[in-house]
Amino acid sequence: MKTQNVIQVEGLTKMFGDFTAVNAITFEVKKGEIFGFLGANGAGKTTAMKMLIGISSPTSGLAKVAGFDVYKETESIKKNIGYMSQKFALYDDLTVKENITFFGGIYGLSKKQINQKRSELVEELGLVDVTNSLVSSLPLGWKQKLAFSVSLIHNPKIVFLDEPTGGVDPITRRQFWEMIYNAAHKGTTIFVTTHYMDEAEYCDRVSIMVNGKIEALDTPKKLKEQYKTDSMNDVFLKLARG
Amino acid sequence: MKRFVGFIKKEFYHIFRDRRSLFILFGMPVAQILLFGFAITNEINNVDIAVLDQAKDATSKEIINKIAASKHFSIIDIIEQESSIEAIFKKGKVKAVLQFDNNFGSNLIKYQQTTVQILIDATDPNMANTINNYITAILKNYQSDINDNVTLNYQIIPKSRMVYNAELKSVYMFVPGVMTVILMLVSAMMTSISITREKEQGTMEILLVSPLKPFQVIIGKVFPYIFLSVINALVIVLLSIFIFNVPVNGSFILLGFESVLFIITSLALGILISTISATQQTAMMISLMGLMLPTILLSGFIFPISSMPLPLQVISNIIPAKWFIIIVKGIMLKGVGIGFILKETLILVVMTMVFIGISVKKYKIRLE
Repeated sequence: MKTQNVIQVEGLTKMFGDFTAVNAITFEVKKGEIFGFLGANGAGKTTAMKMLIGISSPTSGLAKVAGFDVYKETESIKKNIGYMSQKFALYDDLTVKENITFFGGIYGLSKKQINQKRSELVEELGLVDVTNSLVSSLPLGWKQKLAFSVSLIHNPKIVFLDEPTGGVDPITRRQFWEMIYNAAHKGTTIFVTTHYMDEAEYCDRVSIMVNGKIEALDTPKKLKEQYKTDSMNDVFLKLARG
Repeated sequence: MKRFVGFIKKEFYHIFRDRRSLFILFGMPVAQILLFGFAITNEINNVDIAVLDQAKDATSKEIINKIAASKHFSIIDIIEQESSIEAIFKKGKVKAVLQFDNNFGSNLIKYQQTTVQILIDATDPNMANTINNYITAILKNYQSDINDNVTLNYQIIPKSRMVYNAELKSVYMFVPGVMTVILMLVSAMMTSISITREKEQGTMEILLVSPLKPFQVIIGKVFPYIFLSVINALVIVLLSIFIFNVPVNGSFILLGFESVLFIITSLALGILISTISATQQTAMMISLMGLMLPTILLSGFIFPISSMPLPLQVISNIIPAKWFIIIVKGIMLKGVGIGFILKETLILVVMTMVFIGISVKKYKIRLE
C-alpha cells in the first residue's frame, strides 16, 4: 500500500530563526492523483513545496518524494520531478525550439529523444508554425501551456505546479486544466498550489494550509459536506478566518 | 558534459541576441582604447601662444625661432604692447605669452644673465605646468647651445633618460589601465547581470530544481564570459601594438596567463555581486559604483597611488585592478618575467579564492 504513495510527509517542519514557516505537516499523495495544495499568501505553501523539490532543507520531520529522502537524496528527487513556477519560466529570448532543446538537454535526454519530444510537443500544442519564433512573441496562455509541457519533457513521476494559472484568461485556464487531467491520466502525479478556489474543485484531494499547519485535507466533496457549504471558497474562508 | 555544452550554447544565444550586451562586449573596448589613445592625453601639441618681443634683438629672435620650430607650440600672434596681453588671454586665443623686455639681449651681454617673462593661463593647472616645463626646456637647450664654447667651473649637468617609455607617450599608461577596466567591466558586470536576470525571470529556480548542480549552473553562466574576455584582451593588445605602437617587451604567454587570472578574479566578483543583488538594476549599480569607480580612480590607472592620502593608499590595496595594472605594465613595458610579479600574481590568486569562498557561502544561505 505504501508504495502507491509517491509523496510521503510526516511532521515536516521548517523554521527561519524563531519563525515557524511550516509547522509539522503530515500528508501523503497517491500515484496519479491531482493534489491541490491551498493556502493564503504567507501560509507556508511555497516553503513546503521548496522542501519537497529539494531546494530547501527541512528543519525536522520526514519526507519522501518519488521514494527518495528529501535530506539525502535531493539529486535523485530532481531527476524524477518536474517543476513549473508562478513566474512564467521559459527563456524569452530563445525560440520555442531552442527552449525545448535546452530543457531536454539539462534533463539528460539524448538528441534523438529531444527531437522526437519536440515534434510531439509542438504538434500537440499547435505551435508548429511558431517553432522558430522567439518565445517572447507568443501570447501568455501559449507560453504557459508550453512551460507546462516543458516541465513534463523528461516524463517525471510527479510534477509540481506553483500557481500555474496566475494571470491567465478563463478559457486558457480551462485548457490548462485539461492538460493537467491528461497528464494525470497518463499516471503523472500532480501537486498544484492555487489561489483560485474554483480550481480546487478540479483536484482529487485538497489540503488547506493556515499559518504553517494543514487545517483540512480531504476530497473537495467531503470538505464541503464537513463545513456545510456548497463551495470551496466558503470552506477556505471559514478555515482562514479560524 | 553534454548538458554543459547545451547550457553554454544557450548562454551564447542570450549574449548574441541582446544588442546592449553585445555593444558593451565589443563596442566598448575598441571605443575606449581609441578614445584614451587619441583624445585623452597628457602631451601637449600645437599649443597656441603669443609673443611680445620688445627687444627685437638677435637672441630673442633666435629663441622665438626655436619655439616656433617645436611641434609643441605654434605662435599665432605677435603683439606689440604690454596692454594687449590681458585682452588676448581673455579672448582665450592663446594659452601662454612670452615677453622679452627692451634690454633682454643687452643684459645678457652686460651681466651674463637676463630674464624672460612667461605668462601662462593656469585655468587648467596640469596643462599650465606642462607648458611651463616645455618652454623652460627649450630655453635651457638654447642656453647650453650658447655656452658651448665656454667652460664653467663646477657644474652639475642632469642627464635624464626616460626609461621604458622614452617618448613619454601617455598611451603607454592608458593601455594597461583600459585593459583592466574593460576586463573588469565585461567580466564582473556582465556576469552579475546575466545571473540576476535568471533570478528575476524565475528561470534560476527552474535550473536549481533541475538535476544540474548549482556550481554547474554558475560555471555554465560564467564560461562564455571567460572566452569573450580573452578575445577582448587580445583585441586591446593588438590595437595597442598596431595603432599606438605600444611594445610588448615581455612574454605574450605570461601576459595571457595573467589576463586569464584577472578575468577569473573579476568573474568571481561578478558572481559575488549576483549573490547579493536581487535585480539586474541592483547588480548593474553595484558593479558600476562599487567596481568601476574604484577601478578607475584608486587603481593607479589615472592618478598615481603614491600621491594619494594615506587612507586611500591603504584602500587601494584591496582593489584587484591595482595589482593587475602593475602586472601588465611590468610585462608590456618593462618586459619582466614571472619572478618580478610573483607577489602581485599571488595577491590576485588569494583575492579570487576569497571572492569564490564568500560567494559559495552566500549562495548556500540563499538556498536555505
